[in-house]
Amino acid sequence: MRPAPAGAGLSKALARTLWRRPWLRALLTLSPPLAWFVVIYLASLLVMLLTAFWTVNPFTNTLEHTFSTANFTQLFTGTYLAIILRTVVMAAAVTVTDAIVALPFAYFMARVATARTQRLLFTAIMLPLWASYLAKVFAWIVILQKGGVLSWSVQKLGLGAVNIGYTNTAMWIVFCYIWLPFMVVPVFSAIDRIPNSLLEASGDLGARNWRTLRSVLLPLALPGIVAGSIFTFSLTLGDFITPLLIGGTNSQLIGNVIYSNLGTANNLPFAATLAIVPIVIMIVYLTGARALGAFEAL
Amino acid sequence: MRYRFSPVTALAATLALSVTVALCVGISAASGLKAPEANAPIAKSVGKGEGALNLIAWEGYAQNEWVKPFEKNTGCQVNVKYAGSSSEMVSLMANGGGHQYDLVSASGDADLRLIYGGDVRPINIKLIPSWPEFHSFLKSPAFNTIAGKHYGVSYEFGPNVLLYSTKAFKTAPTSWSVLYSKKYAGRITVPDNPIQIADAALYLESAKPSLKITDPYELTQPQFNAAVALLKSEHPLVKKYWDLASQEISLFQSKTTVVGAAWPYQTNTLKADKVAVADTIPSQGATGWADTWMLATNAPHPNCAYKWMQWVTTPKVQAEEALYFGETPANADACSYMNKIAKGGCAAYHANAPLSYYNTIKFWKTPLAQCGNGKSDCVPFQDWVTAWTQITS
Repeated sequence: MRPAPAGAGLSKALARTLWRRPWLRALLTLSPPLAWFVVIYLASLLVMLLTAFWTVNPFTNTLEHTFSTANFTQLFTGTYLAIILRTVVMAAAVTVTDAIVALPFAYFMARVATARTQRLLFTAIMLPLWASYLAKVFAWIVILQKGGVLSWSVQKLGLGAVNIGYTNTAMWIVFCYIWLPFMVVPVFSAIDRIPNSLLEASGDLGARNWRTLRSVLLPLALPGIVAGSIFTFSLTLGDFITPLLIGGTNSQLIGNVIYSNLGTANNLPFAATLAIVPIVIMIVYLTGARALGAFEAL
Repeated sequence: MRYRFSPVTALAATLALSVTVALCVGISAASGLKAPEANAPIAKSVGKGEGALNLIAWEGYAQNEWVKPFEKNTGCQVNVKYAGSSSEMVSLMANGGGHQYDLVSASGDADLRLIYGGDVRPINIKLIPSWPEFHSFLKSPAFNTIAGKHYGVSYEFGPNVLLYSTKAFKTAPTSWSVLYSKKYAGRITVPDNPIQIADAALYLESAKPSLKITDPYELTQPQFNAAVALLKSEHPLVKKYWDLASQEISLFQSKTTVVGAAWPYQTNTLKADKVAVADTIPSQGATGWADTWMLATNAPHPNCAYKWMQWVTTPKVQAEEALYFGETPANADACSYMNKIAKGGCAAYHANAPLSYYNTIKFWKTPLAQCGNGKSDCVPFQDWVTAWTQITS
């Protein structure tokens, strides 16, 4: 008998080992993505956390690897607390507005529209996501600035001048527009899953429309709203482009301060300290969202 | 050793750290700052190119119009790393360019940090044939020449001008005070940049002589506080702190703002667009930037670096750069080339202006704790950044 080639023997042995030990198979399959997650994502987060305790030499701008809590002391001063508060309020306002806008829209899509209209509306809501973020923001500048489309139209209607370009109101409008699809989609899928029979039963038991909405529809759609709010809230929390382009003189968000500390000041440790803030806020937010069952609607 | 931090120890640690930093800075100031590379050997001649050249530059400083001919003539392949700020340039150049970078197009606010950080070394200015043609004030300016040693060759410069709408101003404003005037509330725009504090200081220099400001970049704590207070009072009047030149252009196009601090580039773009604007350097003078190509201490391709400095200081390249970026060349002979490329290009960027014009510009430099007065009681740049965040938020 001819001996089997060494390579074939090896691969057979390997196959046999893997067959006998399922845990080894699982390990081999899972380790590349896990390594990616642990090494690239978690490790870099950890490094960032460490950086927050370092300082920068004010003269040569080099990192000084000595332990210091100076950055956190600076973080808890009025200026930065005000910026953090403004960011959270803006994120909350955008989230609430998007939820109010998305709910009737998603309801219409899921329960009223024909299959054809539904497809059309879905495309309409997703279409802006395929356009560049910057193009959308610049379009809003054209709409909102002085003598822009909005001001011009309102003036033609004889309602006087509307000049909201470069204000926090402008920023709020643009944020609501940009993140709306992220709210509509989860709310739609939540409402879509509600069995018709529940709504009919509510009607049969004598509940009027308003009562059905309040006691049946809203509680069942809530996980979808909360899931969508995770997107709108976290995306607003981390954004710095819209405040930079649309915002006025009181529009600095956390992202802008991080950006200016990375770019202009090149103060990496303080930027890292600031970056921890949205992470902490999101951990609190996600814990609350989990309690409301948001992750079942994702 | 185990650490347990109570707020008190944290505070103590912070205090200790600030004291240490203050002491270190104090010591270096007392002993006089020394450029570590002051006595580094200087090239006697430019040898054969090494085949490559690695630059750290502002965007727009390495355009194909002048990079391609350079590569063809010298065989030096140009690689560019664009930096977004002076501080980023300083970081990239750490450790003498890290045996990676050859040249950096540093602005005045980075130059001293690079020189005293030992990241750049002196060059032999005799090897730059165009240098004698330079405007005299850019041959050996204090921001790149120390004790007769040239840490690079001057490149281009520009002023920060007062841009105004000629519709709102029948006569040209003569003072920066219009930026702090309630009359233009909500129609003012200024750059979103900490160095803007120097502009306020420049204004206070003449508006409040009791502060005794002599240099807008060397401010003692009371002088600095006055400038910050002025900017805080300006905050409610400002419509927008602009980050990009294009933002200011659109603010003036839409007539949202009628007056602001700007670069000549915005004025020229707006004028080309037929917007009724003009700019001026008010009576107090203006701040501005002056860039220098500086040679890294550990430059791996010094011959190609010299060839680049020779090339970009020739009148034609100087003119091309000036018109592309919207600034003024160091080489006085560039004027005629600018007119050849664009009609009136020389005058548009003041390349023909007399010396008195240049003297009105206070060029950006690094605010350091060690001021020119021999003491070290000035406010360093990091505090400028912190104060700027407080002003603009």
